[in-house]
Amino acid sequence: MPQDFDLNQFKATYFEECRELLDTAEEQLGVLQVQLDDVDIETLHAVFRCVHSIKGGAGAFNFTTLISFSHVLETTLDLLREGRVDLSSDLVDCLIRANDVLGILVHYAQNEEEIAADIWQNIAHELEILSGQKPTEIAPQETQKATSSLIASLSDYNLSADEEEEQGWGLFLENISPGLDGDGAVEKDDQGWGLFADEEPQINDSAEITSDKPHYRIRFVPEPHLLQFANEPLLLARELNTLGHCHGVADLSRLPPLNEIAPDVAYLSWTFDLYTDHDLVDIEEVFEFVIDDCVLEIERVQDSAKDVAEDKLLTRPSTEKTIHKPDDTPEKSLAQTKPVSPSPTTPDQPVVAKHEGKKSNNDTVNTTTPAVSSIRVDLDRVDRLVNMVGELVITQSMLKQQADELANNAGLRMTQGFEELNARTRELQESVMAIRMQPVKSVFARMPRLVRELSSKLGKKVDLITAGEMTEVDKTVIEQLMDPLTHMIRNSVDHAIEMPQDRLAAGKPERATIQLRAEHKSGRIHIEVIDDGRGIDREAVKAKAREKGLIAPDEDLDDDELDNLIFAPGFSTAQSVSDVSGRGVGMDVVRRNIVSLGGRISVFSTPGKGARFVMSLPLTLAVLDGMIVKCGSEKYIIALTSIIESIHPLKEELKSLMNGDVLVSVRGEYIPVVNLHRLFNIKGAVTDPAEGLVVIVETERYGYVGILVDELLGQQQVVIKSLEENYDPIAGIAAATIMGNGKIALILDVDGLAEMEHGAEKRRKHAKLQQQIFLSGE
Amino acid sequence: MGLRVLAVDDSKTMRDMVGFTLKNAGHEVIEAGDGEDALGKLGDDRVDLIITDINMPRMDGIELIKALRMHNIHKSTPILVLTTESDNSKKNEGRAAGATGWIVKPFSPDKLLQVVSKVCP
Amino acid sequence: MSSPYNYLMPQHAQGRDVQQDNDDDTRQYISFTIGKEEYGVDIMAVREIKAWTDTTHLPNTPDFMRGVLNLRGVVVPIFDLRCRFGMGLTEATKMHVVIIMQVGHRLVGMLVDAVSDILSIADNIIQEMPKMDLNIDDEYLTGLVTVNEKLVALLNTELLFNQQSIEDGVMLGQAATGGK
Repeated sequence: MPQDFDLNQFKATYFEECRELLDTAEEQLGVLQVQLDDVDIETLHAVFRCVHSIKGGAGAFNFTTLISFSHVLETTLDLLREGRVDLSSDLVDCLIRANDVLGILVHYAQNEEEIAADIWQNIAHELEILSGQKPTEIAPQETQKATSSLIASLSDYNLSADEEEEQGWGLFLENISPGLDGDGAVEKDDQGWGLFADEEPQINDSAEITSDKPHYRIRFVPEPHLLQFANEPLLLARELNTLGHCHGVADLSRLPPLNEIAPDVAYLSWTFDLYTDHDLVDIEEVFEFVIDDCVLEIERVQDSAKDVAEDKLLTRPSTEKTIHKPDDTPEKSLAQTKPVSPSPTTPDQPVVAKHEGKKSNNDTVNTTTPAVSSIRVDLDRVDRLVNMVGELVITQSMLKQQADELANNAGLRMTQGFEELNARTRELQESVMAIRMQPVKSVFARMPRLVRELSSKLGKKVDLITAGEMTEVDKTVIEQLMDPLTHMIRNSVDHAIEMPQDRLAAGKPERATIQLRAEHKSGRIHIEVIDDGRGIDREAVKAKAREKGLIAPDEDLDDDELDNLIFAPGFSTAQSVSDVSGRGVGMDVVRRNIVSLGGRISVFSTPGKGARFVMSLPLTLAVLDGMIVKCGSEKYIIALTSIIESIHPLKEELKSLMNGDVLVSVRGEYIPVVNLHRLFNIKGAVTDPAEGLVVIVETERYGYVGILVDELLGQQQVVIKSLEENYDPIAGIAAATIMGNGKIALILDVDGLAEMEHGAEKRRKHAKLQQQIFLSGE
Repeated sequence: MGLRVLAVDDSKTMRDMVGFTLKNAGHEVIEAGDGEDALGKLGDDRVDLIITDINMPRMDGIELIKALRMHNIHKSTPILVLTTESDNSKKNEGRAAGATGWIVKPFSPDKLLQVVSKVCP
Repeated sequence: MSSPYNYLMPQHAQGRDVQQDNDDDTRQYISFTIGKEEYGVDIMAVREIKAWTDTTHLPNTPDFMRGVLNLRGVVVPIFDLRCRFGMGLTEATKMHVVIIMQVGHRLVGMLVDAVSDILSIADNIIQEMPKMDLNIDDEYLTGLVTVNEKLVALLNTELLFNQQSIEDGVMLGQAATGGK
């Protein structure tokens, strides 16, 4: 189709839309697969609409391959939703694969790349066969790829495009109407539009007659109800006029007396004399919309009549004569009532069209189209906005700091002003961050399919249960989540879940369960992957860790540490044997990904019962409410969301263990003290908890711990800056931030600190005699 | 010419393209994403032309046309349905429901304007 | 920040990627001093030259890792080259210089004594490394060249600042100090 103006401006929108449509289609197809015996027609409609829209846009941009393929897909779906084809498991599987291919084609169209024809032709062929369509003409190529393979992973398709010449795509029209032969059936001037009902007298008073142009006499008798299609008959005549010289005479014979005239009934008919070089086809096209609601006779008048005939019906013999009546089938193939589209149904529909039983849309609200209004925004703009707000936060705290230093009345008023500003900035910042928040659903949505296919491939039976898909997280976090999650779930199905017979033998249900859950917890998002497989093989992990030199040969680790060794850098390599550790492949990479986002990951495993991976990620990547603490000459930031309370412990509340560990009693519970000064080698800090401040924080793996600092310096909202961007992760440090004075401060990673303290504690324990020593008095 | 046109399609790309074409030709365009949306946006305000897709969620084009043809204000407003080449039965449904004419997707801007002028004086 | 060294490399200030003049394979280097010894780095990698300001120290990092600096909102690690080469910590003052470099995807800073000059050196006059004691691991040098009768050692910053070498440096440091 010709494009007369620059369509490129719409391409971005189109491709964006395609992505959403493909996702929706995949989701709904997944639903179909479950619904097999009890199909909800709305689901079919939803999928149909997705493909339909993709096809529509493809047509506008003339992505011929995409048009052809989506057409086959659309036709299949149409047959399905009309009940002309039954939904079978094979067909749904094929549709899912076809949707994948559709995505590939969209991708290729977007990148303006050529695509190897067999990537889509074979699946199109398969679709047609499964849905009982007559197969399209496929150029002779190897078709063995088309044999039904239930496993559809994108890697099955060779995406490194061999430069096969794309076939010309005139196949499209022919394919949809296998009954017609050759190009002749298709109107050469496929006008692509038409009027259903048309009538308007156009009395053309011009006496000029061009005698050398072909003369057509057109008799137009509209059915009475024509006007109800809101057509302006005037326009019909106007149209005829554009074809050439036209002279019309109205026939008023059907007109009733004035008092009986109904304004919306057509009484008039016309005879037009048209002198034009245009073909009969062009003339017919004018009446296209109304063809079924009138009597239309077009005659080619051979002799050049000098005067307009008055007769109503001309029966003068002519070489070509076409008569259209509503109930007639046309006499000649030229007389198509629908030059637009040859179709498998009879071309001429009677006026009393059979209304096919239709589903009613009224009651079912289609859940795939939210009623919430939304707007598309460039992600760049949002990023810039986020950065600007971040800088605003920094500037505002700088000012506040300076205002605080003005120790007079003016300063006091300013301080109050800045408190206000602080509150407003915080609101602004939260709103801005909220723009980028998205439900994790988009990541979770891929997993059911992954599990289905992988478990099918491996002969295992696995159910995936998801919870908390609507939990929202920053968009960048979502993007980064995909790989780690996919990885973990693959690992789970591949290594952790036993074969069905083994499970039964172990007294477990044959079908394994993997749970994928997300929730907000203390200012972060927690994502868990829980399976009921065989858990981590600790002996194997220990052996491997020793082999890789990650632990000393005689080093003794507790179960928890062993399990988490799988995250250790270097634990897995390209050659790692996947069945040894049960979880070996690439978990260190997973951890690295998570950590770089400011998150953490750990695993809890019970041999024989299963394992639970817990990931926690910050909700937003940009800003943090922090407590500034002083330790020696250094200042650090602790996230407010981690802090439970801070206490000045009394000597009596402290217990020192022989190995140097200190515990502090808080409301009857003993909490280990984390000696920041020791872990970070800070000079000049308070070393006795009784003389300093213990900040009780909640960690993920170690419960509550108390961090020993000199004192608290105040709260501040800080903008998080990555340390790993230009350096490497530092144990105990989560990120950096820029303070009001422009200097960098480090944000503490409380879990990391707890781990360091724990590790140090282990070493101390190891170094000394192994005795249980408790202080007196307990 | 300055017509007031309502464009109804669940595909944003389509709405963008139709809107762009019509606006460039000096018309005013109101957009809606489905039949219900369209009726809501119309209310009792007359428009000169309604262009609607057929396949839409919540209320499809056919239902919309029927509803319009029963509405006091809109029953004589020209309605064009957007159809695809193979969608013959849909096109006829559109006609039966009372549509004035049709345009096959994809269409060129010229085509669109041409048809608009056919149905709107 | 009134040090004369505070300026952005002009070509980078304009955001252009300046091509080296490639006839007869001449490259430009920025030369700088540490103590009495002179070194050079490819000018294409240099982003900025700043006067020294106090850094925020990072815990449990090798001695030659002086901490991080705020460079217009970006956190940049600063390495003490003198210390990296095993010659002790630099007593940094405002007169000392930090050369900010692009190494791979990262931005890093090198603390040196002073910047000397911009040298144009043809590839073919660069000598291979002899076995000399220059206080640094030989692999980190791409070659030696004599300019105005002075010996300039050209550094391979990619190797000097990649993770492995840092780890090696850490291990060396630990060995030297007898463990943490």
